[in-house]
Amino acid sequence: AAAMSVNADLRRERAAATFQPELLTHILDGGAERTRRRKEIEALVLNDPDFQHEDLNFLSRSQRYEQAIRKSSLMVMKLREYGIADPEEIYWFKSFVHRGRPEPLDLHLGMFLPTLLTQATPEQQDRFFMPAWNLEIVGTYAQTEMGHGTHLRGLETTATYDPSTQEFILNSPTVTSIKWWPGGLGKTSNHAIVLAQLYTQGECKGLHAFIVPIRQLGTHEPLPGITVGDIGPKFGYDEMDNGYLKMDNFRIPRENMLMKYAQVEPDGTYVKPVSDKLTYGTMVFIRSLIVGDSARSLSRACTIAIRYSAVRHQSELKPGEPEPQILDYQTQQYKLFPLLATAYAFHFVGAYIKDTYHRVSGDISTGDLSELPELHALTAGLKAFTSWTANAGIEECRMACGGHGYSRCSGIPDIYVTFTPSCTYEGENTVMMLQTARFLMKSYSQVTSGQQVTGMVSYLNDLSRQRIQHQHVAARTVTMRINDPTSLVEAYKSRAARLVESAAKNLQAELNHRKSKEDAWNRTSVDLVRASEAHCHYVVVKLFTAKLAEVSDAAVHAVLTNLCLLYALFGISRNAGDFLQAGILTSAQITQVNQHVKELLAVIRPNAVALVDSFDFHDVHLGSVLGRYDGNVYENMFEWAKKSPLNKTQVHESFHKHLKPMQAKL
Amino acid sequence: SVNPDLASERQTASFSVEKLTALLDGGTEQTRIRRAVVEAIESDPVFSRENQYFQTQNERYEAAVRKAVHLQKKMHEMGWTENGPEYKYIYRALSGDVAFLLHRVFMRSISVLGSDKQIAKWIPLATQHKLIGSYAQTELGHGTYLQGLETTAVFDTATQEFILNTPKISAMKWWPGDMGRSATHTVVFAQLYIHGKCYGIHPFIVQIRSLQDHSLCPGITAGDIGPKMNFEHIDNGYLLLKNVRIPRENMLSKFCEVRPDGTYVRQGSQKINYFTMTSVRISLISDEVLTPLMKACTIAIRYSAVRRQSKLKPGEQEAKILDYQTQQEKLLPQVAAAYAFHFINDYLQELFNRGYGEIQRKNFDMLPELHALSSGFKAVITQHCTAGVEICLRACGGHGYSLLSGLPSLYTKIIASCIYEGENTILLLQTARFLIKCFMAANAGQPVPPSVTYLAAVKHGNCPAKSKLDFLSPDIYTEAYQHVAVRLTSSTAAKLQDLIQSGVKKYDAWNQCTVQLVQAAKAHCHYIAVKNFAETVEKLETKAGIQKIMKHLCDLFALHGIFSNTGAFLHDGYISAVQMDMVTASYLDLLAVIRKDAVPLVDAFDFTDKSLNSALGSYDGQVYQRLYEWAQKSPTNQMSPAYERYLKPLLHNTLSKL
Repeated sequence: AAAMSVNADLRRERAAATFQPELLTHILDGGAERTRRRKEIEALVLNDPDFQHEDLNFLSRSQRYEQAIRKSSLMVMKLREYGIADPEEIYWFKSFVHRGRPEPLDLHLGMFLPTLLTQATPEQQDRFFMPAWNLEIVGTYAQTEMGHGTHLRGLETTATYDPSTQEFILNSPTVTSIKWWPGGLGKTSNHAIVLAQLYTQGECKGLHAFIVPIRQLGTHEPLPGITVGDIGPKFGYDEMDNGYLKMDNFRIPRENMLMKYAQVEPDGTYVKPVSDKLTYGTMVFIRSLIVGDSARSLSRACTIAIRYSAVRHQSELKPGEPEPQILDYQTQQYKLFPLLATAYAFHFVGAYIKDTYHRVSGDISTGDLSELPELHALTAGLKAFTSWTANAGIEECRMACGGHGYSRCSGIPDIYVTFTPSCTYEGENTVMMLQTARFLMKSYSQVTSGQQVTGMVSYLNDLSRQRIQHQHVAARTVTMRINDPTSLVEAYKSRAARLVESAAKNLQAELNHRKSKEDAWNRTSVDLVRASEAHCHYVVVKLFTAKLAEVSDAAVHAVLTNLCLLYALFGISRNAGDFLQAGILTSAQITQVNQHVKELLAVIRPNAVALVDSFDFHDVHLGSVLGRYDGNVYENMFEWAKKSPLNKTQVHESFHKHLKPMQAKL
Repeated sequence: SVNPDLASERQTASFSVEKLTALLDGGTEQTRIRRAVVEAIESDPVFSRENQYFQTQNERYEAAVRKAVHLQKKMHEMGWTENGPEYKYIYRALSGDVAFLLHRVFMRSISVLGSDKQIAKWIPLATQHKLIGSYAQTELGHGTYLQGLETTAVFDTATQEFILNTPKISAMKWWPGDMGRSATHTVVFAQLYIHGKCYGIHPFIVQIRSLQDHSLCPGITAGDIGPKMNFEHIDNGYLLLKNVRIPRENMLSKFCEVRPDGTYVRQGSQKINYFTMTSVRISLISDEVLTPLMKACTIAIRYSAVRRQSKLKPGEQEAKILDYQTQQEKLLPQVAAAYAFHFINDYLQELFNRGYGEIQRKNFDMLPELHALSSGFKAVITQHCTAGVEICLRACGGHGYSLLSGLPSLYTKIIASCIYEGENTILLLQTARFLIKCFMAANAGQPVPPSVTYLAAVKHGNCPAKSKLDFLSPDIYTEAYQHVAVRLTSSTAAKLQDLIQSGVKKYDAWNQCTVQLVQAAKAHCHYIAVKNFAETVEKLETKAGIQKIMKHLCDLFALHGIFSNTGAFLHDGYISAVQMDMVTASYLDLLAVIRKDAVPLVDAFDFTDKSLNSALGSYDGQVYQRLYEWAQKSPTNQMSPAYERYLKPLLHNTLSKL
């Protein structure tokens, strides 16, 4: 089955594409050279016999953990052997080794080591960094507790300073204070950076980070006073030992508090950190990664669903003719193409945030933090907006594959269960949207008090101009040019402005009812989330549109323009109520938008397969029988199924144990 | 003891929970029987599901077979029979975690499609489990589109046998439950050929495994199709047939028969086939779709009353997350939908029973309407409830992601219902076909079935609401739903006609309108659901606060639908921009009102802790303690070989290499 040629349908699809997929791949990678290097690393990993293993779908959770830890150890050695040190290249390498899946050393590499670098004193770095770099110390980052996640101030773990012994005494005083969820904590780590409420001289000084040894070096047994284990099976993340940690009067030396910023002196005197804005930086960075991950996960699901839809034939469109590819049905295109456009949109948004982050980080090192609050607010919202959309989109892709999408061989269930927690981790999405809303409300009140605002919210300045001209927003209908993305950006801008304004007014009305500030905020929060969504939606459309100007190849430009139009128009069609209610667009214009969406589906149809080919996922990385590059789906489903654990023996043992005795009795 | 945060929620219920439970069950006597069945099943350790989240596919399958076998004994012990009042509660009590479900489908298809002689031969064997049956329809290459199936059954007059083949890879039977490992027999659907002529799809009884040693019969290749998102306990299977010969008598022949000389005889109406599909689509709504949503709501709402996070007022205790408007906006509409669909299920059941009566009298007039409604509602309800379960899952934050919350398995199970028994988009298009046909007929003055008469009586004018309170009037919102359904159907019909008149081929025009057609079909079902909910509320008894709370839920269901789809209602100005603000205000007000009864409303679903099988959703609300204790039982907390094999070398031996 291995040496089969490419399915004829897919060959035809690829031949009919109007552009060169490689050129688009280069744009996604950020240049031809980067594509080359990515593929080089990909080949390095995928051709390495050490990284081969049985299909993960057939392994138990313990076995998957074992495979992952085996590969992780090798990965760390080989990265150093090959001298790969660039963060992006490390990311690629890791992603190919683990096929885009989490692994037990994620928190050691992604949180423990970086936190040491940024928050440890030079003395602490001497003690911990090299052993951690050499994996003598394997660490995790223990923040989330059973009772509290995104709301950090609510964490209950305590670290009480004892000046008599110069130690901190760590405790998990309640069930809810047990650390719960940290990756790599359950089985792998022997150290953890623990976030705890610091008490010194009888006062609580808020959350601080402590390096806590949890397992004996050598035997790996938990230390006295430490209860640690795995939190049990989850929806996904089978290879990750998310863990729990309970501490009972566990003592660590004073020097184990990370003291680059805040400090506790030997006598217990507390020294405050200089600025807390710096922690924004890490959050922005991680949330920008989630935006990129939204794009990649949705791209993988689209690749699978679109290739499969080009291979699968079903029913009839024209009486008497052969069964058509299901990709020819309007309903199927309507499910998949807007998601394809979304995947591209999110790629560009992810790249934009990453670039902005690097630019702003440059400013931070020179002491300029002025752009950070907006970037922080923007990434919070975009993290939520893109992960919610991708989460739903992955499921739509799976459903578009019908029954076979439900089989693990489709690969989409795995993409979904791996991706869906990003709606929760690094900031629960609704809470994130409300953070963005807080920034929007602040900007709005600045505008109403006569100040100008800058950046992505500058459209709010227009609101005050209109007020001066006594012109209500609702009275303005946009002259929409349906084939011009710039004109559509204007429509989205008006929608965001109108929803921000309406939320602000509702908030004010609640406040006027003599409600407390918090109560009024809560009673407006559904409106506030809608306002943030509209703002993020505008940003995405704007960034996608801006990207078009950078594309030089005419054929690629044409196809991306169509995707951008589809993204923008589909969003209007889906949220028609907002545009109608605000009077931004008329019913006739909405009808025109709906019609044009359908026309664009037909326009994009010939390039659909080439557009997912451009994502350039290797089959091994894609992990899907339905999405194989060669399209030989059915043969390989059969080959795959034969390896299923239930097929290990011809007659299952339960026949002898249960069935036969029953038949004998009846 | 009960967590005080949950206890306090129960003290303030505005209605009698027990009375609402009885209403859902259809009477206090039904509640009593159901509870007795649940008690009998749950007190038996063989049926325990406590360890299921820790088990592998092989272990799950074996447990399901063991339960199925044990169930026979249990039924005998308890005196439950297939026709008794207890029977329908058994599946719910087991949460479906049992093998041989397809055995019943096997039996039903023989009863419906078989001749009297065939019934007399096969049903007793199946009843006594001398054989285990399955139902092999779906193939690798074809699902909902039955005409496309590729398995063949060629009649050989010389030997009076059918020769069955799966001539190519895509013809292989794929997905049938119980077929991978368990079944000895199956009903195979195949294209019938006689003397080289194809007569279409027909059902055949085929033995696939030996009754002695369970080995595969000659010419048969069968096995398990591998891991899925859920249903690990079921051995969905594949089946290859190579020149498998079966006697002429094995073709199920109530409606069609092949005579010994190869003459093909059709008898009775084929329409009855539609009736079987209709019956399956309606019957799955309750157990497979509503129950999971109700369970998910129970878990998410109880957990939201226990979980405290952040502060609403400075200086006060952290607030229950159920007090956040955004959390209410996620969960309460799901509760309202669960009730709305419970009542629509009653409506469909009743319609179905009437239809069945008519068919017994050889009157098939009700079939098209029944088929359209069952298809449309199967799609709308499965889609809505699946989305609802996922919302509940995500509303539980990180802990929802743990299998121990019970939510991931509810989700992965309910989601299959969007595909099986007819892919939803295709079903909606079938409903749409019926709507367009009826719309044309109604406009031509011809009579149409009762559920679509509204298509003819188009009223003009706009929504008369003047204040937000007007939107709590069922007449106001039901009219609005009706208006949208009529508008979408009539505009799509017009569009279709335009296209056809402009020279587009009929099938092409249809494909070009399918996105709109799907929307029209959904709007139709949504309208009927709202109307039915409002009418049901009207008829409820006013005592014990039941009618009042159901009225709130009905309002919420209706207004949530408008709020989440404002474009459809604003489009032609039926609801104005100002009125839409009233809808939003009324809708958000309702959340705060229903919030007070949220826990009692899910308590009324009356799920035991064992049936929820959730660390977050138990009745006593001792969430964290349970989560902690349960996690410690995970097999991953036994010493894993990974340490010795990989971790130890990683932590020690590799150091030199770094």
